[in-house]
Amino acid sequence: MPVAVVPNLVPAMPEIFLALAAMALLMLGVFQREADKAAVIRFNRLAIRLGALALLLALLLVVTISARGAVLTFDGMFISDDFAIFFKVLILLASAFSLIVAQDYLELNGIARFEFVVLVLFAATGMMLMISANDFIALYLGLEMQSLALYVIASFHRDSVRSVEAGLKYFVLGALASGMLLYGVSLVYGYVGATGFDAIGAVLRDLHGAVPPTGLIVGLVFVAAGLAFKVSAVPFHMWTPDVYQGAPTPVTAFFALAPKAAAIALLLRVMIEPFGALLAQWQQLILFISMASMVLGAFAAIGQSNIKRLMAYSSISNVGYALIGLAVGGEEGIRGVLIYMAIYLVMTLGTFTCILCMRRREQMVEGISDLAGLSRTNPMIALALAIFMFSMAGIPPLAGFFGKLYIFLAAVDRGLYTLAIVGVLSSVVAAFYYLRIVKVMYFDEAADPLDRASSTEIRLVMLVSAIVIVLFFVYPEPILSSAGTAAASLFSGG
Amino acid sequence: MGNLPILSLVTFLPLLGAGFILCVRGDDAVVARNCRNVALLTSMATFLLSLGIWFNFDPATADFQFEERAVWMPAFNIAYHMGVDGISMPFVLLSTLLIPVCILASWTSIKTRVKEYMIAFLVMETMLVGTFCALDMILFYLFFEGTLIPMFLIIGVWGGPRRVYSAFKFFLYTLAGSVLMLLALLTMYLDAGTTDIPALLQHNFDVGLQQWLWLACLAAFAVKLPMWPVHTWLPDAHVEAPTAGSVVLAGVLLKFGGYGFLRFSLPMLPEASLIFAPLIFSLSIIAVIYTSLVALAQEDMKKLIAYSSVAHMGFVTVGAFSMTIQGVEGAIFQMLSHGIVSAALFLIVGVVYDRVHSREIATYGGLVHRMPVYAFVFMLFMFASVGLPGTSGFVGEFLVLVGAFQVNAWIAALTATGTILGAAYMLYLYRRVIFGALTKETLKGLLDLSPREIVVFAPLLVLVIWFGVYPQPVLNVMHVSVQNVVERLDVARAALDSAALAAR
Repeated sequence: MPVAVVPNLVPAMPEIFLALAAMALLMLGVFQREADKAAVIRFNRLAIRLGALALLLALLLVVTISARGAVLTFDGMFISDDFAIFFKVLILLASAFSLIVAQDYLELNGIARFEFVVLVLFAATGMMLMISANDFIALYLGLEMQSLALYVIASFHRDSVRSVEAGLKYFVLGALASGMLLYGVSLVYGYVGATGFDAIGAVLRDLHGAVPPTGLIVGLVFVAAGLAFKVSAVPFHMWTPDVYQGAPTPVTAFFALAPKAAAIALLLRVMIEPFGALLAQWQQLILFISMASMVLGAFAAIGQSNIKRLMAYSSISNVGYALIGLAVGGEEGIRGVLIYMAIYLVMTLGTFTCILCMRRREQMVEGISDLAGLSRTNPMIALALAIFMFSMAGIPPLAGFFGKLYIFLAAVDRGLYTLAIVGVLSSVVAAFYYLRIVKVMYFDEAADPLDRASSTEIRLVMLVSAIVIVLFFVYPEPILSSAGTAAASLFSGG
Repeated sequence: MGNLPILSLVTFLPLLGAGFILCVRGDDAVVARNCRNVALLTSMATFLLSLGIWFNFDPATADFQFEERAVWMPAFNIAYHMGVDGISMPFVLLSTLLIPVCILASWTSIKTRVKEYMIAFLVMETMLVGTFCALDMILFYLFFEGTLIPMFLIIGVWGGPRRVYSAFKFFLYTLAGSVLMLLALLTMYLDAGTTDIPALLQHNFDVGLQQWLWLACLAAFAVKLPMWPVHTWLPDAHVEAPTAGSVVLAGVLLKFGGYGFLRFSLPMLPEASLIFAPLIFSLSIIAVIYTSLVALAQEDMKKLIAYSSVAHMGFVTVGAFSMTIQGVEGAIFQMLSHGIVSAALFLIVGVVYDRVHSREIATYGGLVHRMPVYAFVFMLFMFASVGLPGTSGFVGEFLVLVGAFQVNAWIAALTATGTILGAAYMLYLYRRVIFGALTKETLKGLLDLSPREIVVFAPLLVLVIWFGVYPQPVLNVMHVSVQNVVERLDVARAALDSAALAAR
């Protein structure tokens, strides 16, 4: 009987590879340090390329190595299933694209340092770990690994008061949320006697619908609150507009993409796998969070004049829509969330490429009014942004409509008509502010034109996301079916 | 026609043209000229193709024809399914006819951003034709809602001074109505297990459920049609939209509501339609009388025609919910006729607006002295709008009234007052604009219709007279399909009656 068994490392290969790659890049950066400013920028460019490459290689590992069906390792603390694969693919793609589009901004603002890339890689590793967590301890480790990296890059523009404030705010509130989560987990442990998802799930299923102890419910609520903070759902959304506005724009883009998807994945897994038997208890909670997020996101965005703040409220309301799927609880609901998130990420990525193009006389601008008359001065950017805005508003035949369609389909299927009606009506309100951006670009008199030169990478990413959004309806099946298998795996596992 | 996917061709050919226009490069004048030419050629080709459908259409059957089916979203049992029957067929032709007319009408009046303008109209055409050809609810909704984007831009970019307000109002009103319909469509899908329209037409929904579905659909169709009291977006949108925008709006977009009633509400939810018919009659009669009176008081020509559209659409709903063959055929005929006549009336306003840049009725007077041809064309369309025998307007209104009489003489009588009021406001408009002495200096140098403008009006004029004198070909096309719908309603009425008897 061997003293220590080496765990099966294969399911975790992508994470291990990414962590090693990040450390290698860190070493490379530390030893390559040169005083010359040009050399620093040059190395930053190289680091971005390498970082993106590492993320894409990890993606390759995810899709090749991962076996179909659930594989457990590390004493059942780590799970690799179709659900995890689906989100890992989204997160790796989102991280890689965020890196690629960040380069210009970093150089322009004099913050082109290779640490940015390293931090993004570590954050991505943390996200992958937490998606694959099958135990609250593993979940917490992944979550904190992600969060620490995120706190730092939120204040990456350290000469800007806004950016530092954003980082600090994110840190303080993020730590609070982590504390709540941890407190909830300890309560659950106290009542169930386990931290593993399978074990908790088994104990709770044995209740057979009997009323669970109040302490356990309190624990569940704390866990849900901690996770709701991470997805920036109402009433735990307060940090979002400030952090979105304050953080450097590529960081905001990254925040809106990868951590958002990871947190949603986490919320889904925790609610369905260990707490699936308590659906009746948490459904009301998620219902409220979902409705409040949709409504607040829609109304609060109307008054915004800063486009990054607007995107923050937009992300709050989008989380609200995604959570409709969770509130529904069934496999169709989860499938809806997965489709919604995939489409949401493409739209958000595209929108942020447009925001990153907002530059006038070598200065970044963020006001919605700065977009005035963009359709005349930069017709291609205006067209792309208009496409993303119409899609966010959920107007067919653009992809955003299909995201909402499947979510509402699930809600109607379970008879959650109030939720569906609140959802569609707040989408009409939300359409107002998305349209306002189109209005500023197309109907208003031209302001000074934006600078023409945006990097080829940004333009390419913008073009690709616009094409995906416009042509999604032609062949939606790949995303629909992979979301279907991913959702199914979440239910078969527990 | 063999296996040619003719409906998809007609639907997506304009989109192809839009793609071409997107690629046009060069200096402004060249781009503008090329875009106009490509747009006109594409839309003409589309029209000719749709004529092919018309001539190959078999009016003897109520089945869907030229059907196309392709796998689209198998995981949800949603397919790409196109086809036309006697109810949708005429609307396809109406759409393909009006778009080239619009493009020709904006030939010189649109000088800025011609490229985007032409793209918007071609995209619009795809959405219009697609809406009438779609045989899958989700596909239908896709096209139905898709019209919002080009229309929003058409009003907002090329519209009048209050264009932003009007564009938003149009967009948000329609969206709010449509999303409620979407929920109804999803409920129907979950109840029947399919989104296929022909299959749903065979499905019997529970009467209680039907009523909710019916109300949700009403939200969408009432806004689109528009019915009183949700019609207020229409005058705003019409007044601010450029001429061709008003033409599409009045000519085709308003027909979505009526078409929706005939495609979804009446045949799929027959019991609910019977239950709610009194509601529709009341709203329609208010619309006919109230908006006619409002039209009488208008000082703005476009607003007057916009309000008259609401009144004319009131006729459509009365006809459709009379649930008689004459009434339903009258409703469809009225929609087609209104599509042509109101389009022409907006073009007529556009003609003088291009010259004088005013839509105020008071600006004009005595135009007959300078523009006799214009006065003649205006007169014919005015008569058609009034419903004078010999014009298309008469046939529609007459059939609707015949249908209404079979339900209730009061409904028919009250609706008929709309005809009288219509004559009042149209003749009053005509007198103030065309007759009298030509006293105003600004009008003394006006030129009569140019050959291009005559070309724009000619097909509409021919159709108005032809439909008025010899409506039989059009009625033939729709007859069997309408009969089918009415029979279904009769069955539902019998079922409701026997249920009521049993309850007693």
